[in-house]
Amino acid sequence: MGAAAALPRRTRALTEPRAVRWLLLTAALAFLALFLIAPLVVVFAQAFAKGISAYVAAVSEPMTLAALRLTLLTAAIAVPLNVAFGLAAAWTIAKFRFRGRTLLLTLIDLPFSVSPVISGMAFVLLFGLHGVFGAWLAEHDVRIIFALPGIVLATIFVTSPLVARELIPLLESQGSDEELAALTLGASSWQTFFRISLPKMRWGLLFGVVLCNARAMGEFGAVSVVSGHIRGLTNTLPLHVEILYNEYQFAAAFAVASMLTVLALVTLLLKSLLEWRSRDESGSART
Amino acid sequence: MPVAAPQPRVRKSRGPLPGFGLAMGFTLLYLSLVILLPLAAVFAKSATLSGTAFWHTIASPRTRAAFELSLWTAGAAALINGFFGLLVAWVLERYEFPGRRLVDSIVDLPFALPTAVAGIALATAYSAKGWLGSYLVPLGIEVAYTPLGIVTALTFVGLPFVVRTVQPVLRALDPALEEAAASLGANRWQAVRQVLLPELVPAAASGFVLAFARALGEYGSVIFIAGNMPMRSEITPLLVMIKLEQYDYAGATAIAAVFLSISFLLLLTINLLTWRRSRRLRAEIV
Repeated sequence: MGAAAALPRRTRALTEPRAVRWLLLTAALAFLALFLIAPLVVVFAQAFAKGISAYVAAVSEPMTLAALRLTLLTAAIAVPLNVAFGLAAAWTIAKFRFRGRTLLLTLIDLPFSVSPVISGMAFVLLFGLHGVFGAWLAEHDVRIIFALPGIVLATIFVTSPLVARELIPLLESQGSDEELAALTLGASSWQTFFRISLPKMRWGLLFGVVLCNARAMGEFGAVSVVSGHIRGLTNTLPLHVEILYNEYQFAAAFAVASMLTVLALVTLLLKSLLEWRSRDESGSART
Repeated sequence: MPVAAPQPRVRKSRGPLPGFGLAMGFTLLYLSLVILLPLAAVFAKSATLSGTAFWHTIASPRTRAAFELSLWTAGAAALINGFFGLLVAWVLERYEFPGRRLVDSIVDLPFALPTAVAGIALATAYSAKGWLGSYLVPLGIEVAYTPLGIVTALTFVGLPFVVRTVQPVLRALDPALEEAAASLGANRWQAVRQVLLPELVPAAASGFVLAFARALGEYGSVIFIAGNMPMRSEITPLLVMIKLEQYDYAGATAIAAVFLSISFLLLLTINLLTWRRSRRLRAEIV
């Protein structure tokens, strides 16, 4: 891998003319600036458009804090469940060969290709007042739709593949030699898992958790369907952004949005750090 | 005839590690409860609709307009991403420039940024008073509150897919290929077109379908910039949302069932493309 980069590519036949290189680079960066950097700049410029005190007021307003609490609570329930699922799914897919493996892989990916609105709607059809379990739930006074459980379920649905997706290629590339050695030497199954497998996958797992968390806190479409938009009660941060924006409180909307943007940027930063770290580790392990 | 003594059945080996039953069991239980049961509810509900009620919703002009709009805007955005994604992947892998690592990291922004945030930011940037719109609108290019705005939002959402599917292929490409082409007298353009691109296009095609599938169902980033005019700028997920808010569950379910079927078809295509690519790679290694 390193050898390819070190090859002298500047020889004329192996790279493009200088002008073409410059043109391609400019076009690519302009495209990214227009579609990625511009929205980022807009978020922070608008958030501070009315000054820092307005920003602080918007961020510390009671409705914002209530939304923040709900968002944190939702992620605190949804992420650990999806981590457990991700570990089990990745273990099944990456460590074993069995009939229907490809089908299982497709099922794990399924939520990625379902529109978030339809994901939320599916839970309304199950647990809503006129849903499959609606009458029973109403009788026992259990609220799922327009309440926390619905928000958590919709979030779990949308973010369920993320940890599994991060772990499957990692576990496949790592192989099972160390685990087999531990088992041969008499370690129990759980000892092997906690002392060998888990440490081996820790960076990939950590990034899966971080990404899953960012998406759980930012989920909009699916949560929008099941939330009912009750202020202070069932409004998550992204829904709060929508309400403020639709009420033309742009500075406040972008102030709240900037919190979520910082979360996204931290996620990207962690991803890069973890990638460089694991690259360094695999590099030093090989030499 | 005497019954043959039961042969000790040789169990087909799945692998030497423990935990298959537990991991598989938990995975299936979780998938069934959280993913399959809700999706089954959508199809079950749509099956209770009468054929005429189903067709009444699906064939209504408003629904058809929404489907057409969703399909062409998602297609256009995926095409833009196909072209620029290839370009960005190329630049990131082949050229040295200051800030390359930073640019490489920022490509994943659409994966991490909440869609609602992207939506209000794009709508503000491209509105007539926004700092991109204020240059574009005098030129006659109206992005915000038009289908062009939808394409813009969907391009944002699908941006990482093509870049991230092409990048590893580009990185793994044997430099000997290009060297051979060059030493056999090909000029750079010929080498790129006849040697490199055929290797990259399958990956870009996978990325295209992924971006398309993602764009088709997208809701959060679109609704703020779309304008949401029925028949003109109303995407299918929004129409489902509107029907739900009007408690027209039958109508919402009918649209959702058709939309889900399209999504599943796309998922199948993605898996087929991935499978063909991996088989090709394996064939090359052997």
